[in-house]
Amino acid sequence: MQAEAIEGLITEMAQAIKTRLEVQQATEPAMIGIHTGGVWLAERLHRLLNIEQPLGTLDISFYRDDFTRIGMNPKVKPSQIPFEVEDRHIILVDDVLQTGRTIRAAMNEIFDYGRPASIILATLVERSGRELPIQPSIVGVRPPLTHEQQITLTGPDPLNLIIGTSKQETRGTS
Amino acid sequence: MSKPNIQLDNNGRLKHFLTIDGLKREMLNEILDTAESFTGVSERVVKKVPLLRGKTICNLFFENSTRTRTTFEVAAKRLSADVLNLNVSTSSTTKGETLLDTLRNLEAMHVDMFVIRHSDSGAAHFFATHAAPHISVINAGDGQHAHPTQAMLDMFTIRRHKGEFTGLRVAIVGDILHSRVARSQILALNTLGTSEVRVIAPRTLLPPDPRTMGVHVFHDLEEGIKDVDVIIMLRLQKERMTGALLPSEHEYFQLYGLTEKRLKAAKPDAIVMHPGPINRGVEMDSQVADGPRSVILQQVSFGIAVRMAVMSMTMGTQAQGAAAR
Repeated sequence: MQAEAIEGLITEMAQAIKTRLEVQQATEPAMIGIHTGGVWLAERLHRLLNIEQPLGTLDISFYRDDFTRIGMNPKVKPSQIPFEVEDRHIILVDDVLQTGRTIRAAMNEIFDYGRPASIILATLVERSGRELPIQPSIVGVRPPLTHEQQITLTGPDPLNLIIGTSKQETRGTS
Repeated sequence: MSKPNIQLDNNGRLKHFLTIDGLKREMLNEILDTAESFTGVSERVVKKVPLLRGKTICNLFFENSTRTRTTFEVAAKRLSADVLNLNVSTSSTTKGETLLDTLRNLEAMHVDMFVIRHSDSGAAHFFATHAAPHISVINAGDGQHAHPTQAMLDMFTIRRHKGEFTGLRVAIVGDILHSRVARSQILALNTLGTSEVRVIAPRTLLPPDPRTMGVHVFHDLEEGIKDVDVIIMLRLQKERMTGALLPSEHEYFQLYGLTEKRLKAAKPDAIVMHPGPINRGVEMDSQVADGPRSVILQQVSFGIAVRMAVMSMTMGTQAQGAAAR
């Protein structure tokens, strides 16, 4: 999928998030992107929604449930939450939702910063392969993919969605 | 250096952390980068990540230490590991138990990692060689051989303040001959590409041929710290006085003590480091130790992040081995 189409999806997602926040009467929300693709996406949504609080970023490497199987990710980036999480409405952003394990890890990490008022999950792609009962609130696209197919967001500029069939992506636990 | 490095597993990842010797620049940078991401954990409301939950780490200290043992303990706890602190000088070895017996007994308690300090050079290697394959060993100081986590926290502090190592001039002052800290620092500084490493010490506190370590030698403090970016003061062990290697603390301070006045010879933005605890009025006066150039307390904070990095990296490889079975 090409850059222009993706930017279109992001604009639609921003609109959907706006509506959702209004319905929920969630004021003064904050946004957190998950490294790396989620941050690219969050930077755009954050701008489109004109959110007052600075954007937060999470690297969930310290919270992964597969650390005892694959070890330390050598390219960990620092998590930065530059706002008070306590009692805040959080928009959590990731690129691809597949197993749900990344989101579980991210939510655990967020709770170590404080108790949010609510979390809504926005992902550019929702695909099959869920291993945990986690559902997104806002979705850009739901491509029909087979079990063997991998979908990856490349970026940060331009953004591209690439579908591959290799199974060698061992860290793919989106 | 052609013999296999027992610190690395089959995939070249860090399994034990015993010495800087034999580790490549990429590995040292990986430790520093990982530590960087752990610094944030200590500043949060919940100062803990669940990475090593359910693991047991044993701090096995055959030599007194407060700072090193405490920062290892804090690091392990911030990774959610369970910690056993054993001061063995007051324990079984005085009853005649050998090092190997101690190891076997602790293994039987299903310890996953040993952090070991011992007055014999090579004690950590001995543990790493004899421990069960799933166990990782970290050297917290062995004899006059190595103290690699101290060296890495010093490198972390330097990188935080100065960025790249290329172009830097670093001076290490004090008892180079007996210092495992200095030995590890020199190896790390050279591996990371520091432009010039200097040692400043009286002849009695230098090894016979210090130049083989890749350093420039000075015997005069002011001459040695001229235009340096970083000054590392070493702790003077009091027992060196009795060994007739030094005349007196007072005289040492006269010759090698760092004062505000002498510090003027270094670059205006030079930082002053010390592994602690400081002998005030021996290695440096209080004005310098508590002054704006001193980063000594930052070294302590960064020590936690660096130890968290080393612990999680080594435990991570242990995990890989388990998956392969």
